[in-house]
Amino acid sequence: MRIAKQAGFYVMLGVVLIFFTFPLYWIVASSFKDRSDVISITPKIIPFLEFTPTTDNYRDIFFRAETATGQGSTVTASADISAFRDRLLNSILITGASTALAVFFGTLAAYAVSRFSIPLESDFMFFVLSTRMLPPIVVLIPVFVLFSDLGLRDSYLGLILLYTSFNLPFVVWIMKGFFDEIPSEYEEAAMIDGYSRFQAIYKIVIPEAIPAMAATAVFSIIVSWNEFVLANFLNRDSASTVPPYLNSIIGVGAVEWGRLAAAAVVFVLPVVIFTFLVRNHLLRGVTFGAVRR
Amino acid sequence: MADITLQNVNKSFGAGIPLAVNDLTLNIRDGEFLVLLGPSGCGKTTTLRMIAGLERQTSGDICIGDRVVNNLRPGDRDIAFVFQFYALYPHLSVRDNIGFPLKAQNLPAAEVNRRVENVAERLRITHLLKSTPGRLPGGEQQRVALGRAMVRQPQVFLMDEPLTNLDASLRADMRVELKHLQHDLATTMVYVTHDQVEAMSMSHRIAVMNNGLLQQVDTPLNIYRHPQTLFVGTFIGSPPMNIVSGKIMGLRFVSDDGSFWIDLPPAAQKYATHNLQTYFGVRAEDLTLHERSAAVKGIPGVIRIREPLGDETIYIVDAEGQTLTIKTPPRLRFKPGDNVNITVNHQAIHLFDKTSEKALLPERWSDV
Repeated sequence: MRIAKQAGFYVMLGVVLIFFTFPLYWIVASSFKDRSDVISITPKIIPFLEFTPTTDNYRDIFFRAETATGQGSTVTASADISAFRDRLLNSILITGASTALAVFFGTLAAYAVSRFSIPLESDFMFFVLSTRMLPPIVVLIPVFVLFSDLGLRDSYLGLILLYTSFNLPFVVWIMKGFFDEIPSEYEEAAMIDGYSRFQAIYKIVIPEAIPAMAATAVFSIIVSWNEFVLANFLNRDSASTVPPYLNSIIGVGAVEWGRLAAAAVVFVLPVVIFTFLVRNHLLRGVTFGAVRR
Repeated sequence: MADITLQNVNKSFGAGIPLAVNDLTLNIRDGEFLVLLGPSGCGKTTTLRMIAGLERQTSGDICIGDRVVNNLRPGDRDIAFVFQFYALYPHLSVRDNIGFPLKAQNLPAAEVNRRVENVAERLRITHLLKSTPGRLPGGEQQRVALGRAMVRQPQVFLMDEPLTNLDASLRADMRVELKHLQHDLATTMVYVTHDQVEAMSMSHRIAVMNNGLLQQVDTPLNIYRHPQTLFVGTFIGSPPMNIVSGKIMGLRFVSDDGSFWIDLPPAAQKYATHNLQTYFGVRAEDLTLHERSAAVKGIPGVIRIREPLGDETIYIVDAEGQTLTIKTPPRLRFKPGDNVNITVNHQAIHLFDKTSEKALLPERWSDV
């Protein structure tokens, strides 16, 4: 009975695991297939046995200059495939800057709200939260008009501002909860020890808050990195990011699945790497309230 | 080394809320160990935080030494503060924790190390210097916090219930150690606690506070023997002082219902004609139990509860409509239901005015 139960458990576990990881595997595998393998009617799953892996797709998205797909095909991609490198750099720059700004200002705001008594504090916090209550697409048209007038379309600054303001409420809320858990005695002790409040924040509070900042940074990065709607409509040219690019290389008439998969893999990697690097902080950061009292 | 003076200090946390500290005037002498004692919410911690500069008084002046420190930042007041939860910096080693105040003064590293090691040696925590504070047991965290306070050789130590988080036996050890430490350093110390045992055993003087008002400042024994307010009388002492509500008629105290009465000492003579509404107070050890007999004149009573505590036995006795707590030597002479006569040590009677709750009998009348 117990063995059957355990077996059932592992079967379920396996099903769930396959459900979540197979799509990822399929993308990775597809990115290493050539054109005939990727569109083959019988799915080719196992590398080296069923198909011969090739890095052509990666080479194409990073280094090929021409827009046509070659091999006598009539397919034309609707965007310059080789633009991927620039798009990726744009994504890194915009996501990095907006995350840094959101975490920096959000942390300061959260500290202030947590430590000082502010008139209408709970109303303020609700207002901050309420800015997240509507989907971004609702504000797309006004923002489009605004950005056109201000010359912020197709600029880094435009998307950085948007993503920063979109992530700020989240950072403020999470960090406020975290600061509330850090006893204010730490700063008071530092202030008595002869430091100013800013020095106390910098030397005592921030080192304590790094796990929470790492956690909020990860969530901010994911939001900015994956954002499609605003990026697609506001930045069409030089400052465009990867998500609209992925959409654009799907092409007309036929789909370049191999290249699309390769681009998707490269696109996912930075987030995976960053999350991996901060995983220890992340664990502590999401278990708020673990501060010793 | 410095004395501390608080002159008419008030602290309000907002309109409509009673003052946290109400017109406090207090002089703490140079080198003195003064305990601020009171129940939670009495304003003692607020007072300490105002001395430290962590709270700003609403009005009044605070001086440390001959400097008015009203506008000085905490770091410029030359004080050290030990928090109830120690507030050790979790990401710094014990060495860096203790050296932290010195680094603010930009002392050379060699000097910082020398002083940190001196303090660590004195507190017997040299072997801990490399560890991080989060892993240490409470008593050792306490020592590190003390080290951080001592290392800068401040003019004043401020301590906010530093022993509350220790277990009972460790607390008793640390009481003795703190007292010695303060004696050796001869630095003015202001110590906040709600624990009267700490207050009585460690301090030179105790300042008792209640509802933001300073009740009495005196040596521990005087506080115990000569409480100046009803609050001090009932707050200090275990079991608490017996209190009976009534009035003075002639040279006699009579309870509200008239059934309990007791003759008053001559010192109460001046109230004899006023029919003054008063509380009568007497400590449990100033009442004596006798077997009921015509030979002993006393208040007749019946034993209700007996609490043998080993070193003493507490009886709770019904006496003429009142419930009295009586402390006796540890023998179990009486059992519940026994009829007894209770005699009162007239030298140890307390009377408090009902409206002002202030002591009526002159201070130290019984010593004369």
